[in-house]
Amino acid sequence: MQLTSPTEFAKQKIQSVQDYTLLAVQAVANLFRKPLYVGDMVQQADVIGVGSLPIVVLTGFFTGGVLALQTANTLQRFGSITLIGQLVSTSMVRELGPVLTGLMVAGRNSSGMASELGSMVVTEQIDAMRALGTDPMKKLVTPRVTATVFMLFFLSILSDLVGLAGGLMVAKLFLSLDARQYWSNAWQVLVFQDVFMGLLKPTLFGFIIATIGCYYGITARGGTQGVGRATTQAVVAASVLILVTDFFVTKLLISVLSYK
Amino acid sequence: MSSPTLPIDEAACAEEPPANAAIVFEDVYLSFEDNHVLRGVSFRLPFGETKALFGVAGAGKSTILKLSLGLLQPDSGRITVLGNEVSSMREQDLFPMRGRLGMVFQESALFDSLTVRENVAFRLIEEHGVYDDEADRRVREALRFVQLEHTLDMFPSELSGGMRRRVAIARAIITQPELLLYDSPTGGLDPVTSNTIVDLIMKQRDVYKTSSLLVTHRLQDAFTMATHQFDKQTNQVRALPRGQYCDVPMSFLVLRDGRVIFDGDVRRLAHTRNEYIREYIS
Repeated sequence: MQLTSPTEFAKQKIQSVQDYTLLAVQAVANLFRKPLYVGDMVQQADVIGVGSLPIVVLTGFFTGGVLALQTANTLQRFGSITLIGQLVSTSMVRELGPVLTGLMVAGRNSSGMASELGSMVVTEQIDAMRALGTDPMKKLVTPRVTATVFMLFFLSILSDLVGLAGGLMVAKLFLSLDARQYWSNAWQVLVFQDVFMGLLKPTLFGFIIATIGCYYGITARGGTQGVGRATTQAVVAASVLILVTDFFVTKLLISVLSYK
Repeated sequence: MSSPTLPIDEAACAEEPPANAAIVFEDVYLSFEDNHVLRGVSFRLPFGETKALFGVAGAGKSTILKLSLGLLQPDSGRITVLGNEVSSMREQDLFPMRGRLGMVFQESALFDSLTVRENVAFRLIEEHGVYDDEADRRVREALRFVQLEHTLDMFPSELSGGMRRRVAIARAIITQPELLLYDSPTGGLDPVTSNTIVDLIMKQRDVYKTSSLLVTHRLQDAFTMATHQFDKQTNQVRALPRGQYCDVPMSFLVLRDGRVIFDGDVRRLAHTRNEYIREYIS
């Protein structure tokens, strides 16, 4: 195996960051340039949003349920078992709903985008599209980014809701709590900052998932092996970036919105 | 179609003053890291002419096509296509210019998730936003041209290699471009299918007078094109009698190690004293 010098390695990484930034900026700028591929956006929204519904619903429901199960013991020790609705609600809305939905959609769609676009690159379909006078950034990247941002927003809301339902199932069936009290606690504890944080995060995560997936797809090289590598890298990069962004966004919002 | 032979017993065609050119390469250099692909390539493709590019693998033939389309940018030199200096244009400005060109890729590069109909209509749908009756008529006409009208609703994966190549030709010609670029259109195909594709290229050249740049490894295809003409009346290719080869708008360009070592008509090629070319065409 050929070793790369540290300088060369650093140059490659900086080049990658530059290329990714350019792709991300172009993806947004294309929203203000004609033609706008609305049909492709709707099609991608169906593939990304509707296609991800089962995994998002299942993940949300069982996460809410297991959250209630895991915390019930501790809350019982302090005689605060009735607060379980509040705990599930704030955890799901602020954190687990957006992050787990993001990770699920990243696993499903970043890889899908990277493999689809990567295959198009290695079979010269992207070059053919450019040769036919169509900008692949407008036709392929912008619709995917727009659709992912839009759909992840709603998928996160749905995940929060079914997460609460999962918590309710545990509270009712295993902890014999009153369903109305659970819902009332879960609803009343939420403040503007919780909802704002819970809706801002999926918007950012959606952007990360789509741009990373498209970037690794468009830059895929080296035949089918290269496409496979791009697919794996896209999922890893998108997942890590979601978790890192989540930390910094949470810290920033806590400071800016001055809430605890 | 009769087997082509080199017209070595004829004098070269009279040189004509250079007309307006569809493509002009001026001292073009291009390298990929340490690999110098083109080293000062210069040539002209006059309007209405077909120029066959020869050279061993890696000589830079496909690169010339990609440079003509603006898919690659040269390190130095000037490339003018249909009056546009593509070597200094931004990608955004190249898209409208590419609408006047057609390209047939080596491996067809059909969109595998679209049907033949959608592939061929791609450019029309991009221009008009919808697939209407007019688009349908033009798609059928283009597919009839390549004798594949029955494949409208098939996917590229359901077609043979030769059929895919013909669909790619239909996709390239549907808007009647002013310039066509063919990247090894007969590569890897059986002789019968190759002849069909060569006939289609000649038909496009002789009926629609489209300028074209043709990359090929098959010398016999290019010699056929230089010695035959498509007859619109009989709808067939016919061999020209010796002495009429100058009527065929066809020339040859041979590349070696990124440089042009020959640029001229079939008879000049036959009379060349360059040992490398003589060995190549023998």
